[in-house]
Amino acid sequence: MNVGTATLCLAALAVCCVACRRDMGHQAYHRPLDKSSFFPDGMSARRLPAHTVARGQLQEDELFYTGHIDGKAVDLFPMPVTREMIERGQQRFDIYCAVCHGRTGQGNGMVVRRGFPAPPSYDLDRLRAAPAGHFVEVITNGYGLMYSYASRVEPADRWAIAAYIRVLQISRTAALKDAPPDERAKLQQEVAP
Amino acid sequence: MPQLFQRYTNTLAPASIVAVFIALSAAVWGMHAIIFSPYATEVGQPVSQVVPFSHQHHVSGLGIDCRYCHTGVETSAFAGLPATETCMTCHSQIWRDAPMLEPVRQSWATGQPLHWNRVHNLPDYVYFDHSIHIQKGVGCISCHGHVDRMPLMAKSETLYMRWCLDCHKAPEVHLRPANEVFVMKETVPDEKRGAALLRAEEIDKTHLQDCSVCHR
Repeated sequence: MNVGTATLCLAALAVCCVACRRDMGHQAYHRPLDKSSFFPDGMSARRLPAHTVARGQLQEDELFYTGHIDGKAVDLFPMPVTREMIERGQQRFDIYCAVCHGRTGQGNGMVVRRGFPAPPSYDLDRLRAAPAGHFVEVITNGYGLMYSYASRVEPADRWAIAAYIRVLQISRTAALKDAPPDERAKLQQEVAP
Repeated sequence: MPQLFQRYTNTLAPASIVAVFIALSAAVWGMHAIIFSPYATEVGQPVSQVVPFSHQHHVSGLGIDCRYCHTGVETSAFAGLPATETCMTCHSQIWRDAPMLEPVRQSWATGQPLHWNRVHNLPDYVYFDHSIHIQKGVGCISCHGHVDRMPLMAKSETLYMRWCLDCHKAPEVHLRPANEVFVMKETVPDEKRGAALLRAEEIDKTHLQDCSVCHR
C-alpha cells in the first residue's frame, strides 16, 4: 500500500466521522418547554415581567373576561347564544368539567367517584338562580376546592360552557312537550323499551 | 519455484464471489435490522420519568379527555404538557399523600416545573404542527397508538420520514370525522369515507409530499 492509497483511506474515514455529527438535528434554538443553561432557573421559557401586558392580552372588556359589570356577576351574555355555541360548550364541558361535575352536571363525575369531594349539582335552586356571569367567574378564578381553569379554557369557551350549564339545568325539569315535535317520537322511543 | 496457485484455489475463487455477496447482504440486512430495532427506534420502550404517570389509568380508567392536559393540541404546533397546576387540580385532594406524587407537590410548592423526558422527539429540521393534523381529522391514535393502554408512555411509531410519508401519500386511510379524533379506537380504513373527508377538508394530496411541507 503506497502513501497515496493510505491518505485516501484516512480521508474516507474522516468523512465518515464528520458525517455522524447531528448539528442539523439539534439546532441552536429552543422548542417549547426546552431547558436552557442560559438562565439560572434552567428554563428556556420566560415568565412575563411584572406589570407587563402581552400583545393581545389586554383584557379591557370586563363582562367578557370576568362575567361582571361594575364588579357584580350579571346574567347577560356578551355574545349571541347560538346552537353552535352551546354545542361548543357541551364539548368543552365534557372535556374539562365532566371529570368532576359529571356529564349531566349532577356532581358525580369519575374523579368524584374516586374520592374528590363532590361539587354541588347545577340543579340546586341557588345555582339555577345564579347569573351566567357567576359560572364564568368560577371557571376563571376557581371556587372552593376547584382550581382556576383560566389557563385551560379560553374566555369565549367559558361563556359557551356557561350556556351549556343552563341547558343542563333546563333539561332536569323539561317536559316532553318542550321538545320540538319531530324529536318527541324519538325521545319516547328511547324511554319505551 | 513452486506453483503459486494450488488446486484448491479453483474452488476458492467462485466461493469467494458467493462469500462477498453473502457478506454484503448480511451487512445490509444487519443495518436494516439495527435501524428498525426497538433499540434504535425506541418504539415500545418506556421512557423513564420523574413521576411514573400512567396514561392507561387516566385515559381508560378515568375517561379523561386528551385535551384536559394537552390543551394546546387543537390550536398550536405543540400539544402542550400540563402545568403542575393541572396535576394539582385533582391531586390536591386525591392521593395527596402518595409518595409517588412527591415531585408534583415539590414543584407546586417551589414553582419549579416538573422535568418530563420527551418521548416523541423530532429532529430540528422537521417542521411539525399538531393543530393542522387535528383539524384535518388525524386521530391521536394514528401516531401515538393505544395511549389508553400504556401504563408508562412509549413511542408506538418510528417517526421515521418514511412513516410520515406513508400517511402523506394516502391520508384518506387515516382520516376520521372531527368527533372521533380523540377517540382511542383504531381507524377502520374506509375508502368512501376517506374520499369524502378529503373533499370536505379540502386536502390537496398533490402537494402533501412536497419537501417544503415538512422541511421549511
